[in-house]
Amino acid sequence: MTYEFLQQYWWFLISLLGALLVFLMFVQGGNTLIYTLGVNETEQRMLLNSTGRKWELTFTTLVTFGGAFFASFPLFYSTSFGGAYWLWMLILFTFVVQAVSYEFQHKRGNLVGARPFQWCLILNGIFGPLLIGGAVATFFEGSNFIVSKMNLTDGMQPVISSWANASHGLDALLCPWVLVLGFAVVFLTRILGLLYFMNNVEDENIRSRISVRLVGQTIPFLILFVAYVVHLMLKDGYAYDPASGIISIVPMKYFHNLVELWPLAILLVIGVILVLYGIIKTIISKTYIKGIWPVGIGTVITVLVLLLLAGWNNTAYYPSTADLQSSLTIQNSSSSEFTLRTMFYVSLLIPFVLGYIVYAWRAMDKKKITPEEVQQDEHLY
Amino acid sequence: MNLLTIDPQAIDWARAQFALTAIYHWLFVPLTLGLAVIMGIMETCYYRTGRQFWRTAARFWQRLFGINFAMGVATGLILEFEFGTNWSNYSWFVGDIFGAPLAIEGIVAFFMESTFVAVMYFGWDKVSRGFHLASTWLTGLGATISAWWILVANAWMQNPVGCEFNPNTVRNEMVSFLDVALSPFAVDKFCHTITSAWIIGAVFVVGVSAWYLLKKREDVRELALESMKIGAIVGLCASVLAAITGDESAYRVAKVQPMKLAAMEALYNGGEDVSLTGIAAVNPFSQPDYENEKEAPLRIAVPNGLSILATRTLHGYVPGVNNILNGYTRPDGTVEPSAEEKMERGRMAISALAAYRKAKTEGNEAEAAAQVKVLQDNFKYFGYGYIKDKSELVPYIPINFWAFRVMVGFGCLFILFFAIICYMVWKKQGIYAPLHIQEKFTGWKAKGMNWLLILAIILIPCAYIASESGWLVAEFGRQPWTIQDMLPVGASVSDISSGAVATTFFIFLFLFTAMLCVEINIMLKQIKKGPEL
Repeated sequence: MTYEFLQQYWWFLISLLGALLVFLMFVQGGNTLIYTLGVNETEQRMLLNSTGRKWELTFTTLVTFGGAFFASFPLFYSTSFGGAYWLWMLILFTFVVQAVSYEFQHKRGNLVGARPFQWCLILNGIFGPLLIGGAVATFFEGSNFIVSKMNLTDGMQPVISSWANASHGLDALLCPWVLVLGFAVVFLTRILGLLYFMNNVEDENIRSRISVRLVGQTIPFLILFVAYVVHLMLKDGYAYDPASGIISIVPMKYFHNLVELWPLAILLVIGVILVLYGIIKTIISKTYIKGIWPVGIGTVITVLVLLLLAGWNNTAYYPSTADLQSSLTIQNSSSSEFTLRTMFYVSLLIPFVLGYIVYAWRAMDKKKITPEEVQQDEHLY
Repeated sequence: MNLLTIDPQAIDWARAQFALTAIYHWLFVPLTLGLAVIMGIMETCYYRTGRQFWRTAARFWQRLFGINFAMGVATGLILEFEFGTNWSNYSWFVGDIFGAPLAIEGIVAFFMESTFVAVMYFGWDKVSRGFHLASTWLTGLGATISAWWILVANAWMQNPVGCEFNPNTVRNEMVSFLDVALSPFAVDKFCHTITSAWIIGAVFVVGVSAWYLLKKREDVRELALESMKIGAIVGLCASVLAAITGDESAYRVAKVQPMKLAAMEALYNGGEDVSLTGIAAVNPFSQPDYENEKEAPLRIAVPNGLSILATRTLHGYVPGVNNILNGYTRPDGTVEPSAEEKMERGRMAISALAAYRKAKTEGNEAEAAAQVKVLQDNFKYFGYGYIKDKSELVPYIPINFWAFRVMVGFGCLFILFFAIICYMVWKKQGIYAPLHIQEKFTGWKAKGMNWLLILAIILIPCAYIASESGWLVAEFGRQPWTIQDMLPVGASVSDISSGAVATTFFIFLFLFTAMLCVEINIMLKQIKKGPEL
């Protein structure tokens, strides 16, 4: 295994974790729909308990995504988190309140009542995917930062990464394309949430409403997603010369990436087809409840391809709009060969981890959530 | 050369925010770790005997575990990301080493915990008894493995091993994973922290059970007695182990962080045959005049105690604050340089790094090689180059001194307390005496039982105070270092204004405090309600 292989391998794993995170944000998307999809308390409790049994997995994937990024590309961790301070802090605020909202909401002794926690779930459901989608969009749109490792020695300010404006990340939200991708992720997670409920909650009333709601979420998602993909294919990208490390602007860089890495293009098409298949079949068929799986797999594949396009093929995955040469690439921001190799061996555990998650998921979801269960179960959220 | 002009307030706020998050996090995690063992034992009893009582008991403690668990997860997420948001320089400078344990923690531990905790809560009637029991233990195991990796990371900051500085990438890089993952410092830290968490779980279970007995709740009497029995046995084992591992931890601290030990002991001037301070009048509100005072006033000490603790020999040499600042010669003849000399050599290392990078850019390989040599010769003191005044090297002594005594004092009390309850269990005395005998208790016997039960309840907050005191000793004691001798806090922070960090500090303070208040109230209501019978 060469150093270059390990760097590419770890970008693949980071992309995979990011893709899984987007899929698992069906929890967030679902939470935004609980109080409109469920028309009475029993229905709302069924939906709440449905996402409530998976929220830890989403949370864990977010934490692992952060940890794996830290281990494999510490310069990104340092530059983006330390620079886009407010963007990341907003993401964290929404996730903190979400974590306790399930457990505390309906418990006796809850000093503030259920309503604030319901709002927390909804706010996290909207702003979590929006801001995470926006953060991912900065991989393509760039951010306003400067990196100078010599700062560690040059006297005035030993901090090597700094943000070139005072907004510390909020400037990303002023870029319309960041918002386009952000809102595309919001609608995608709502679609996933609906499909997850369809599969996990055994209630005909809820299921019939899901089919209708699905249309309303799919149309804006498709418009936003197609608009962003077209924009991405046409926009300039930052490329680097692997020999010298010099970064330059290349027109239609991501389109070139897709053509040169043609298997990714095939995968992208497969991913999109799976997403559309799952959604359309769920809308058309009155008995089909497994749409979450083709759409989920399609989501993972599509997001994976987009993230691979951001970093592979000598592309700067975190372009700097303030200083071209400060842009982060897989090559200049990764951990040492020794660390990447060590972590490679650790990553061999991932199939085992995925295996027991699938096993436990299947064991738990074999019995769907029913009105009777939420009325009887003492461990109810 | 003026190397550090970062706004000191920004550093203080970054420290405050991290401390706030860590302290809150550490309110919830120990109970998770401790309860996991106790409810695991109870569910194992249910699995083996099939007796419904054990199922009820396990589910009751699991419900309290669940209320507490979410808060630990929420604060843990913030903690991980704060390394990047508030300590970005640190994240680059040592991310090559420090990131790995965090990633492994996520992959190996968090997924195990989050997958099986859902089965544990909701799977009672969905999966087999065996699978459910496995899920309960795997939830606890996941939490424990998670603690292992985060403590490996923390231990590495206190005792950086298994790494080398790379002047080309301007960072430290890992050269031995095993040295990092299995450093004796990490092993001691893990054992001490985990056993202290078990104590909290045990004190909590015993305290809640004592409340039921004090309230004479007949509906939960058996649950209270059995829970107290299991809690006391776990607690006694854990508190004895915590004492042993604590002693070993102090020995390690003496070896690699002598300033921390000196601060813990308020030892201004060391030497041979140093006594161990039991108590002394150290003003908790101001840094003592360690330069001019011979020793802390009104000191009561155990002769030669500190020499034994720090060196494992009766007459061992232990340096005090002034020895460390002024330099000293060990009994074996090796010389520890003064703080001034270390600061000078640190500045030489930093200058050599700058010169090396310049020579490399200009293609001057001979000059680059010469500067690398200077850098390597002085790198041991690299972090001292950022220190402006040697007084910065002395942590705040009162916090270290008193927090250490609070931790050790309560630790000893816990051993005694759990031993008394275990004795009662063993001898079937006191609350464990048959009911018809207890009914005849009058006078001191009846009062004695109540007194013990009240003490059990009082000890719940005490266990938390002891645990947080341990955190204070570990983290305040290593100031000003983020990474011992390598990087001070001032050179670790992000380029964020103090106002921004202060704002997020208060937002977190509000969120965490509000959530804690809600949690405590829910917990109290749940305890009052008792198990579903």
